[in-house]
Amino acid sequence: MPPNLIAAKPLPQHKLNIDLKDVLFRASLPLLAMLAALLIGAVLLLLLRANPFQAYAAMVTGVFGSTSGFTQSLTKATPLLLVGLGICIAFRASVINIGAEGQIILGALAATWFSLAFRHWPGWLLIPAVLLVSFLAGAIWGFIPGILKARLSVNEILSTVMMNAIALQLMNLLIRGPLMDPAGIAAGTYLAQSERIPEQAWLPRLVPQTLLHAGAILAVVLAVLVYIFLWRTTIGYRIRAVGLNPDASRYAGINVSVYQALSLTLAGAFAGLAGAVEVIGVQHRLLEGITSGYGFSGIVAALFGGLHPLGLVPASWLFGSLLVGADKMQRAVQVPSALIDTILGLVVLFVVASNLLSRRWSSRRTIEISATEEVNS
Amino acid sequence: MTEILSAAVIVGILTSAIRLATPYLFASIGEAFAQTSGVLNLGVDGIMLMGAFSAFYVTLHTGNVWLGALAAMLVGLLMGLLMSLISVTFKAEQGISGIGLYMFGLGLSSLLFKVLVGTVYTISGFPVIKIPFLSQIPYIGQIFFQHSLPVYAAFLLVPLAWWLLDKTTWGLKIKSVGQNPAAADSLGVNVDRVRYFSVCLGAVLAGLAGASLSTALVNLFQENLTAGLGFIAVALVYFGGWRPLGILAGALLFSVVNAFQLWLQVLGVNIQSDVAVMLPYLLTIAVLAFSMNRVRQPAALNKPFERGEN
Repeated sequence: MPPNLIAAKPLPQHKLNIDLKDVLFRASLPLLAMLAALLIGAVLLLLLRANPFQAYAAMVTGVFGSTSGFTQSLTKATPLLLVGLGICIAFRASVINIGAEGQIILGALAATWFSLAFRHWPGWLLIPAVLLVSFLAGAIWGFIPGILKARLSVNEILSTVMMNAIALQLMNLLIRGPLMDPAGIAAGTYLAQSERIPEQAWLPRLVPQTLLHAGAILAVVLAVLVYIFLWRTTIGYRIRAVGLNPDASRYAGINVSVYQALSLTLAGAFAGLAGAVEVIGVQHRLLEGITSGYGFSGIVAALFGGLHPLGLVPASWLFGSLLVGADKMQRAVQVPSALIDTILGLVVLFVVASNLLSRRWSSRRTIEISATEEVNS
Repeated sequence: MTEILSAAVIVGILTSAIRLATPYLFASIGEAFAQTSGVLNLGVDGIMLMGAFSAFYVTLHTGNVWLGALAAMLVGLLMGLLMSLISVTFKAEQGISGIGLYMFGLGLSSLLFKVLVGTVYTISGFPVIKIPFLSQIPYIGQIFFQHSLPVYAAFLLVPLAWWLLDKTTWGLKIKSVGQNPAAADSLGVNVDRVRYFSVCLGAVLAGLAGASLSTALVNLFQENLTAGLGFIAVALVYFGGWRPLGILAGALLFSVVNAFQLWLQVLGVNIQSDVAVMLPYLLTIAVLAFSMNRVRQPAALNKPFERGEN
């Protein structure tokens, strides 16, 4: 029987069963990658003359041992999820967005400027307006590399890296200049930070006495919306089609570069939102290091979540916990938190490497399924 | 504005530009080898950081800059093997594996620095070698012939890389696996081996780029010393159209702008330093925008090779 006839046969009844196995296999790969990275981390800890068991135990108890640790992990997961959603949209159009750091900064700048400029507005109006403005600011920072890719085929990886550097300098310029805290100037400290934003612009706290804010709920709702957008709308379908097979999409009449530019713009917009929630949810002002490297760790979280909006929810929480745990570990066993950056790098390397195994697995399963089909028929 | 245009200042700017081009040349020429073979190594910055730290650390403890450079090359080689393993053997998405390598290098170099060194020290790096006679030529001598050894080496690398890529069978093999790996494979070229070799050569040069920074240009190490220099080096490869001479032109243009920006600050010209620091990055984007359509990149760049695919 020619292969195309096999493919055209109706789906077998036991399909659900196979899917479950497939999902389990795919989910276990990143976890194994993480385990391998943590093992290498343990070796590094031994070399640093720290007890790896004690260190990792400090991480776990740091996150799960107290309300404060647990809520901190959710607070850190929020920007990771938002950034990751953007990375995921871009990735689905096979565009790699390394520019989340810069887009977060633009979102944070916009949020700070807007909430200070319109400080007399009531909260119910100010908060949505701030979120919208940051969304747009991030979108612009994603649109620039997007349009450069679409019109002049500039490699987006390189242009987004440059946009990160430009955004960083722009923020440094503004928080040392027009946005600098007047109180700091009056006191003569000249701290590189903005004025505190008005209290009605603060996102409500979900648990009193903690940093956990309503942005966490917003992020989860947006994850569901992004899922619906990518899998249930025409634009989302086209974005995915462009990513899966640009040539076929072009023949089908889809303007590939427009959809790639759009996906980068959306990626920027979500990272911009992440910047906004950091300002109005956590810091309540703009200061140096506002991104906390979320632009890069968001990529890791997105990969870990299988580049799926819903997979990203647990994945970003896991990475939020990892970051909080790293802080606690640093204090418990006096190991620099750079160790965790190293481990995160290894996680990325191992996860992308394990994709080969997952591809081999799916192609083998496809062959097995068609073989059984053939026997059955 | 008259003092900006004085001869002394112009000579000063050009002298710094030649110095500043050094790490870009090492890293970009190395990256050109990797990319010509079809592997986009975005982890250059991470390799440079590890190279810069190793060279600094070994020099600090042995007082021998040569051992430092050797250590940087070895560490570069190890990072190159890691990158090849992930990108060539495991056929990973190269943009992402490069970012992973960057994060790993950034994290590990910071960790090692904090644990092993702790504070910023200055070391005595490669000494300045004045080339006899040539360094006596007015202006030209000061600009070109009064530098440390790594600076000369970086510039000598350009014709060497051109010769290797364009005039040897070995260069032809690298080009063939970057253009059409399946055809190269059918002619008996071991695609994976050539890519391993090219990536590792690039990584060794990236290690040297880091070493030139920490033992010849600034003579110190601190966390994230390169500040994204490696990414600009990758961009310069695109700008240079994957040709060593083009890369030389890009590196010089970039470092002249950088040197100009530094001198503006030194001379106290009334321009916000952050605006000036932005200039090189804006320039890179502009340069990318004008160069992408001009030259064709290696056809198989960023595409892992699977045998028996076609």
